[in-house]
Amino acid sequence: MAKHKTPLLDQLESGPWPSFVSDLKLEAEVRAKNEKNVNYQIPVEVVEDLLGVLELSFTDGETHWKHGGIVGVFGYGGGVIGRYCDQPEAFPGVAHFHTVRVAQPTGKYYTTEFLRQIIDIWDMRGSGLTNMHGSTGDIVFLGTTTPQLEEIFYELTHDANVDLGGSGSNLRTPAACLGQSRCEYACYDAQGLCYDMTMEFQDELHRPAFPYKFKFKFDACPNSCVCALARSDFSVVGIWKDEIRIDQEAVAAYVGGEFAPNAGAHSGRDWGKFNIQTEVCDNCPSKCITYADNKLTINDKECVHCMHCINTMPRALMIGNDRGASILCGAKAPILDGPQLSSLLVPFIKVEEPYTEVKDVVENIWDWWMEEGKNRERLGETMRRMGFQKLLEVTNTKADPRHVQEPRHNPYIFWKADEVDGPWERDVNEYRKRHQR
Amino acid sequence: MAFVSSGYNPDKPMENRISDIGPRDFNEFLPPVLKNNFGQWKYHDILEPGVLLHVAESGDEVYTVRCGTARLMSITLIREMCDIADAHCDGYLRFTTRNNVEFMVDSKDKCDALKKDLQSRKFDGGSFKFPVGGTGAGVSNIVHTQGWVHCHTPATDASGTVKVIMDDLFEEFTNHNMPAPVRIAVACCLNMCGACHCSDIAVVGIHRKPPLIDHEYLDNVCEIPLAIASCPTGAVRPSKVEIDGKQYKSVAIKEERCMFCGNCYTMCPSLPLSDKEGDGIALMVGGKVSNRISMPKFSKVVVAFIPNEPPRWPTLVKTIRTILDVYKADANKYERLGDWAERIGWERFFEKTGIEFTPHLIDDFRDPAYYTWRQSTQFKF
Repeated sequence: MAKHKTPLLDQLESGPWPSFVSDLKLEAEVRAKNEKNVNYQIPVEVVEDLLGVLELSFTDGETHWKHGGIVGVFGYGGGVIGRYCDQPEAFPGVAHFHTVRVAQPTGKYYTTEFLRQIIDIWDMRGSGLTNMHGSTGDIVFLGTTTPQLEEIFYELTHDANVDLGGSGSNLRTPAACLGQSRCEYACYDAQGLCYDMTMEFQDELHRPAFPYKFKFKFDACPNSCVCALARSDFSVVGIWKDEIRIDQEAVAAYVGGEFAPNAGAHSGRDWGKFNIQTEVCDNCPSKCITYADNKLTINDKECVHCMHCINTMPRALMIGNDRGASILCGAKAPILDGPQLSSLLVPFIKVEEPYTEVKDVVENIWDWWMEEGKNRERLGETMRRMGFQKLLEVTNTKADPRHVQEPRHNPYIFWKADEVDGPWERDVNEYRKRHQR
Repeated sequence: MAFVSSGYNPDKPMENRISDIGPRDFNEFLPPVLKNNFGQWKYHDILEPGVLLHVAESGDEVYTVRCGTARLMSITLIREMCDIADAHCDGYLRFTTRNNVEFMVDSKDKCDALKKDLQSRKFDGGSFKFPVGGTGAGVSNIVHTQGWVHCHTPATDASGTVKVIMDDLFEEFTNHNMPAPVRIAVACCLNMCGACHCSDIAVVGIHRKPPLIDHEYLDNVCEIPLAIASCPTGAVRPSKVEIDGKQYKSVAIKEERCMFCGNCYTMCPSLPLSDKEGDGIALMVGGKVSNRISMPKFSKVVVAFIPNEPPRWPTLVKTIRTILDVYKADANKYERLGDWAERIGWERFFEKTGIEFTPHLIDDFRDPAYYTWRQSTQFKF
């Protein structure tokens, strides 16, 4: 028998898409029955009360969580998002309902052994509810009480050999696409770089030392499966420098209809017979592909690595062999000065262990932003306030036409004194000798 | 509910403390077929919606079955996933960057058995536990946020809106019918956690009333300069207020300059602004993150306000369906929603979708707003 009536939420049990309400109700039942005889360390009715408070929000059209909440574990400045219900008498099971961010393996591959181990900890010491996963990448354990935080952390680190993720004004949990583990487009080992950088910068992740949050994301090609250039301050996107490899026999197989374009991504609809001219050549943004005399030719010098032709004919066209990545900086959501995508800083960098070149770029940026960034100012906003030229300077990067979409169209150009012949200190009397008042 | 210690000693908190160990190394968790062929993949095929085949240089094959999830999930459901992975996949599974779950096997036969098993599992209420789909030119899972389940600043709910949108678009999750993939995101306030600013369709919770000011408490719980600095439009200023003869240091908000972003509440608990009638949803379209054909794009606001209508948000669902139906019928193959809207022109987008264009959609935020107006006689009647 459910503790609270949930007529509104009940309406979210119908329909084909997995119902979080059904799932939560089931979990509430499992806890109430407790067939495994778990020694629950937070209220058994936590899930019931979450459904109750959510139903109240559906009625009121307003959230019922109090503002903020500062909790955590000793030694760290982040990793736990504190949360308290604003109706604790009505819903005592969620009076405390803190979220614990747990560091996820890159690419989110799991063994069931590991998953079972960590959810057993959560079963006993938390609500039994999770987000798989948070937008930044973390495993999110949703809902526990303050006294359990150190206990959970102790068991995670001692028994499961896993750490917390990041929160606050620090390096947040990095994430990557699945990279070379299961994709033929991967231009570098995005998972390897992500893991290495996460381990290298553990201190920056666990102890907030920055003006504001800072995120790394690693995409192994410009398709951007982890959305690096939209969702990270420091975005590493795989790319190649030489020629796209062409298998002309496979091209013929696409033209002949033997292979489905885009690996069959459009199979649900009749788009007609594959037309290599309209679908590939005409869609090329730099129009550098031609198909003539049953042969596909790419003028690679003019290619902008958009991936379209490769995506469309994955069995015939392959990324080049001279591989690395571009580094782009400054993506952020709208608050405060408007949304930003990352802007190209390093067009091409080799990505090889121990990844020193990539780390040098990060550390140069941090040295600058940690000093100059204002309170709660994202890197993207510091770049806008101080100028892209400053970012080039601090990263020892030579300005390059690739750094702009277009040159400036106002003539309000700053020059440094040493770029101009003669001193800036000038004598007006000398000037008047040539120009009378 | 007797307290059970983990071994942690609160009297000596720093003793035996392990820190800075980070995540587990992903190499521990790769299925053998992926480990053996790491970086050696030759090509892939989408065999049917939700089912991928990757072939390695070695000739090895891996079949992946992708299933939708609600993202918010119980450990009981995760245990069920583990049971499935143990039964079919030698105990391996993974999650995607859009919070789908993927099960991998190394032969077609195993794949068919796995798919059948997944499709057979339903919750008591009737919804699928593991709907197979989310590949190719369709609608995959919705990247979303906390909403009323856990956050203190939302203007709408996330889990609820996502469920009702995906129920309506379920056919598109299990098919490859769209001109290109359609990425939908939900953020419950304009902090836009997740992917709203760069999605084909983005649902963003917005407020329409300025904050309340809890003058008697504000100075005790807020760092006033932070609240002032948090305002993008300079609407917040320090002030002194007298209540029942007592003076309080507080803030004043110029209501005509406030556009209800809620960022001052993020910084100051004494400035709450949520409101049943005032709060709702702005709908954005046309964003993308991939570099395919066109460059990445921001999503643009095309509906300034849709009311919150829990539990099933019918107006929201209908508006999204209308946009998708028109896009589906009108766009060229490979054309993302934003590419299509830009090709036909935004005036045509509004005409074809029947969405009303209102002054709220014209940018008025600082200098860059000018660049969104039309400095041209090129337009369509």
